Amino acid sequence: MNEIIAYVFIGTGLVFDFFGCLGLVRFPDIYNRLHSSIKCVTLGTSSILFGLFLYKGFSPAGVKALLCIVFLVLTAPVSAHVLARSAHKSGVKLWEKSVCDKYEEDERVHS
Amino acid sequence: MVKTRITLFVLAFLLWIFLHWSVDAGHLAGGVLVGIFVSFMTAGLFKKDAGISRKSPSAITSSDFRSSMADYFILSHTVKNMKRYMWFFFYIPVFIWECLKANLEGAWRVAHPSLPIRPGIVKVKTTLKSDTGLTFLANSLTLTPGTMTVDIDRERGFLYVHWVDVKSEDIDKATELLVRRFERILKRIFE
Repeated sequence: MNEIIAYVFIGTGLVFDFFGCLGLVRFPDIYNRLHSSIKCVTLGTSSILFGLFLYKGFSPAGVKALLCIVFLVLTAPVSAHVLARSAHKSGVKLWEKSVCDKYEEDERVHS
Repeated sequence: MVKTRITLFVLAFLLWIFLHWSVDAGHLAGGVLVGIFVSFMTAGLFKKDAGISRKSPSAITSSDFRSSMADYFILSHTVKNMKRYMWFFFYIPVFIWECLKANLEGAWRVAHPSLPIRPGIVKVKTTLKSDTGLTFLANSLTLTPGTMTVDIDRERGFLYVHWVDVKSEDIDKATELLVRRFERILKRIFE
């Protein structure tokens, strides 16, 4: 029974990871690509790791998988934020059909 | 500083035990050594939370220090903060639910043939002040439906958020739509 649930989690994770990678190819600019890669990959990879935990139980591998989930959830958004911020600071433009850029307006006012 | 070192030591030691998942003399001794090393190397990075009280180092007297040490070991500290922990455990399922919605929405956007996106960077307000609170808010926004934090203006309390599907460019409306649901809970945990 545990194994079946584990396979379901791993399968779901693979689907989300696939969509994340697809988004990396399809989206037009760096900011949108970060969206798809961070979100889908965080949940996808977390659920693969959780599936591994269910499969292995409280063994060294299983507990390491749980710890990996915690670190992934804590660090992935920070890295996304840093990449987006540094891209914006070094002058990477938003997609030409973007609606608004309040950040750039404020930068111009303050500098 | 001592408090920080003890906390770090306990955390590093626990992490070591969890990573090895076996309790024998060799692993425990290794854990103690690694814990001491880590706590002495990294304690300087963790200053007291600057958002809540901005005391200069000289303003912290020895009695301050002693009372904070007592606080740390006595149960009253835990009881006083019990409500915060309860709210934190309430926050986790809320967060997972929002995260799941974000992922389904993201997957739908990616898979849709016409790529339905309307991206842009909007500005939202926040009333949170503490570092930890702001970090949690920014991280939660990044992991939830179609938003990603680009920058924080701490003095004025603004967050710059990249939104895949901009529903409103207005600052108040965007705040209402994006920040409110997390801020309500985070305020109870960290402020």
